[in-house]
Amino acid sequence: MKDLSRHINIRWLKPPIFLVCLAPLAHLVWMGFHDELGANPVEYITHSTGTWTLVGLCATLSITPLRRILKQNWLIRLRRMFGLFAFFYVSLHFATWVWLYSGFDVHAMIADVYKRPFITEGFTAFVLLIPLAATSTSGMIRRLGGRRWQMLHNLIYISAIAGVTHYYWLVKSDETVPLRFAAVVAVLLGYRAIRHALQRKQQAAAAKRSRESVYSA
Amino acid sequence: MLIKKPSDIPYSEVTPNSAYMNRRKFLAGVAVATGAVTLAARSVSDWFESARVFADEAKLGPLAKSPFSTDEPPTPAKDVESYNNYYEFGTGKNDPSRNATKFVTSPWSVSVEGEVNKPRNFDIEQLRKLAPLEERIYRHRCVEAWSIVVPWIGYPFSVLAKLVDPKPSAKFVAFQSYYDIKQMPLGPRAGIALPYVEGLRIDEAMNPLALLTFGMYGETLPNQDGAPVRMVLPWKYGFKSIKSIVKVRFTQNMPPTTWNLANAHEYGFYSNVNPQVDHPRWSQATERRLDGSFFGKRIKTLMFNGYGDQVASMYNGMDLRKYY
Repeated sequence: MKDLSRHINIRWLKPPIFLVCLAPLAHLVWMGFHDELGANPVEYITHSTGTWTLVGLCATLSITPLRRILKQNWLIRLRRMFGLFAFFYVSLHFATWVWLYSGFDVHAMIADVYKRPFITEGFTAFVLLIPLAATSTSGMIRRLGGRRWQMLHNLIYISAIAGVTHYYWLVKSDETVPLRFAAVVAVLLGYRAIRHALQRKQQAAAAKRSRESVYSA
Repeated sequence: MLIKKPSDIPYSEVTPNSAYMNRRKFLAGVAVATGAVTLAARSVSDWFESARVFADEAKLGPLAKSPFSTDEPPTPAKDVESYNNYYEFGTGKNDPSRNATKFVTSPWSVSVEGEVNKPRNFDIEQLRKLAPLEERIYRHRCVEAWSIVVPWIGYPFSVLAKLVDPKPSAKFVAFQSYYDIKQMPLGPRAGIALPYVEGLRIDEAMNPLALLTFGMYGETLPNQDGAPVRMVLPWKYGFKSIKSIVKVRFTQNMPPTTWNLANAHEYGFYSNVNPQVDHPRWSQATERRLDGSFFGKRIKTLMFNGYGDQVASMYNGMDLRKYY
């Protein structure tokens, strides 16, 4: 497939995608006003914001594989927006837990993070995303330098794994949905792992070739 | 009132239900069917009263009040009817209310068997008439740390137990829910072994709080809430209160229970509400009371869900951390 970078105006593409990313929140608010959040709105909001966080993380993680496989370099310019939306929804998720679920009971929350593995995982996933959101601006990328910035942003891999584990450990018996997210994350991270391994192999081969060429000269 | 002495006139024989839809036809029909003598014995207003009671097939009554009822305000019926854990009809909270609409609960029979002198198979109508129905407004605490207040309708399970005359060897009571993949196609995806089974120690089953339940909010049980007959055990986590019962078996040995089979580490045989023993994955110290307010309120969970006066003595000397 030809790279469509030259034909796509990213400035036109971003506003509709932005609105699509806001739709889950808009839907929640709409449901709230129409009394459709069910008997336990706190639970509904928690599950909804958590689910959309995972969707956002998967979308962010899928940009690079799609860009490479489809050879569409312009996709990279959407990655930050997806990443920040994942952070937006995890912040809502976290706020729901702090405010609506725990009622600002700091002792209960600390005990939960400490004692309950699934909350520990969720909390980890959230905390790891904070520095990524904070360093998402072009200015920060420049200040950190591309290599260090990339190293830092590899934290998203751990965050995604922790997020999926958080979901998997939470459910009582029907693991279908958490396993689907786990499968998507596994594919997206597996792609990277395989590519990384292949590159190292190629580099090693190239290094060997260059060594041999030195000796033969 | 008509059904105070249920043995006099079987409910099904009183009058075809459709006849009640029109009061004039109803009166005429009754006059023909039962004769002028019966009619003369009652005031006309009494008959209108009866007609009102039976006008809707779902309505249950008359209902005796119970000293076991809480005066806490009941959760809105629409919440209790749309927020359910009934995994045979899906694992989402609003799945059962959508997927159980066509569940067939009539005809229905309940087999009572095992270590009893008089094993019996009850038709649901027979079963419902074994004792006067009471309304009991109970707190209902789910293991997931939410709670509701529900006006249930039923009579003590002990009534049924005494009727079948348990042998001295009967130490436990096992219950089994209906299960049919044709009616419950989501069952195989529930993640728990079905049919759903539950159990109680015999003294727990005979406790006056243990309610064999046929209705709620003045009417028969909605399908998603366990129609046509379920148990309600207000001092235990909700999953102990088995729905849509088809079999009751008195046994010598402790019977298997579904959630304990699924995860013994998290769900014990007793599963009494206990704020001091956390679920391994969440605290049981507090609960969210679904009271119809927008977010519900978070309240402290009470030992035995506040029913300690009636049930605590059954567990004297037991380590409730070990027997959770």
